[in-house]
Amino acid sequence: MKTPAAARSTSAPRKRARPTGTAGVLFDAPGPKARIRHNVLTLVGVVLLLLVAWFVWRRMDEAGQWDGDLWSPFLDPQVWTGLILPGLWGTLTAAAVAAVLALAFGVVFGLGRLSERAWIRLPSAWVVEFFRAIPVLIMIFSAQYLSFSVAGQVMPAFWAVVIGLTLYNGSVLAEVFRAGILAVPRGQSEAAYALGLQRGAVMRLVLLPQAVTAMLPAIVGQMVVLLKDTALGYIISYEDLLNAGFRIVPSNFGNLIPAAVVVALIYILINLVLGWAAARLEARSRRGRRSAAAPVTAPPAPGT
Amino acid sequence: METLFDNPLFDNHDAVLTAFWATIRLTVTSALLSFVFGTLLAALRVSPVPVLRGVGTVYVNIARNTPLTLVLLFCSLGISSTLRLNFDVEDPSFNGYWFAVLGLTAYTSAFVCETLRAGINTVPMGQAEAARAIGLSFAQSMRLVILPQAFRAVIAPLGSVLIALTKNTTVAAVAGYAEAAFIMKEMLYESTGGAIEIFLGFAAGFVVLTLPIGFLTGRLARRLEIKR
Repeated sequence: MKTPAAARSTSAPRKRARPTGTAGVLFDAPGPKARIRHNVLTLVGVVLLLLVAWFVWRRMDEAGQWDGDLWSPFLDPQVWTGLILPGLWGTLTAAAVAAVLALAFGVVFGLGRLSERAWIRLPSAWVVEFFRAIPVLIMIFSAQYLSFSVAGQVMPAFWAVVIGLTLYNGSVLAEVFRAGILAVPRGQSEAAYALGLQRGAVMRLVLLPQAVTAMLPAIVGQMVVLLKDTALGYIISYEDLLNAGFRIVPSNFGNLIPAAVVVALIYILINLVLGWAAARLEARSRRGRRSAAAPVTAPPAPGT
Repeated sequence: METLFDNPLFDNHDAVLTAFWATIRLTVTSALLSFVFGTLLAALRVSPVPVLRGVGTVYVNIARNTPLTLVLLFCSLGISSTLRLNFDVEDPSFNGYWFAVLGLTAYTSAFVCETLRAGINTVPMGQAEAARAIGLSFAQSMRLVILPQAFRAVIAPLGSVLIALTKNTTVAAVAGYAEAAFIMKEMLYESTGGAIEIFLGFAAGFVVLTLPIGFLTGRLARRLEIKR
């Protein structure tokens, strides 16, 4: 007689993990010939990599970019406390404010698109589609100068950046919210209506809690886009990380390329942490069955 | 009629059209190059050789997580001005164009690569096993079973990448390349009024460029969709 555990494992075949190096959808597990071919490819890859590295190193050397004076400012605590960290603070505050506003924008227009009333649904759809179709930079420039023609003064760079980011990312989040709520199986809302709940209560008590679980990874993924997009503030001289690290530091020390490397590393580090958080959330919502909705995958659209 | 046509947008319609032509040229060239380079990267990332896979992964993670503004600035200020590697020093407009293309391609390829890889991952393992079980060779199973299914799954996401690229060409303004956003900023700066008309005009230009891409790729994807 089978134990219950054994019965379960035969009736529900678990999805096999694909460890790298063994068979996958593209390749079989390598035999002796394939292993030799892989070794040759490894060698070719390493040689090409070394050639590229040597080319870059020589070019940098010719331009005198390995000079210690160019890199040492980044060992000076004052450069960090006086320039880079305030810049990072500017980036993080703009991103945080824009994130909160974009979430609010997304909830309003995402639910608006699901409304039963056409006079709410259609304008919401137009707004979302419009702001998804135009570049953030166009919105930032326009925010600055529209306020000039309305209020008589150019909008502060901070608010121009925040408005541009809010409108674009809010529109993307509106689509995420909509997809999240549509991802909850119909039976859930039908059951809720059958219990006699009103439309608002169905949304609030049944659909939203499950949708939020499903779309959390996509929301965090969009935060990476938003954070990266704050760098557009550089163009209108907002004092963000890019401006501090890539305009002010090089103008003091003449070290443009080292500055680019350090600034890029800071952005990459922050975004990898956010991306890792999104992956963790996605894995968790796949494992846990707290929601009937399948996870909404992050929109693949690259930000700026 | 006078009020409708008496605004900076119509006074400068030559400049506006030239600007959008520059945007289109940037988009098309970068899209073609990104597709080629992105496919190569995807081949690296799914290859069975750990070193090549590592190279692909590192490149994608760097390119994807660096702001495009920084990438394009690095191309124009870093590579061109500091390292003095140039396409053609004599012709600044030609040089600026190719550095913008270089930056946009370096950035967009990472997203093309990830999209293609995600497409391959949508093909169930059983399909590959079945293909090998009926005796297809590696090339045959690739050509007849795996890639056709993967290709259909990536049409819509590649459309999104192309739309994003179209919009991202505006960031080339940071390197001083005279595409739509750069001309728009100049017009906003020089004109005394009409900011609303300028905004709506340029926004309409981008809507006209991006909406058909989404519409066509969406329709194509639905027509070729595989029911699983």
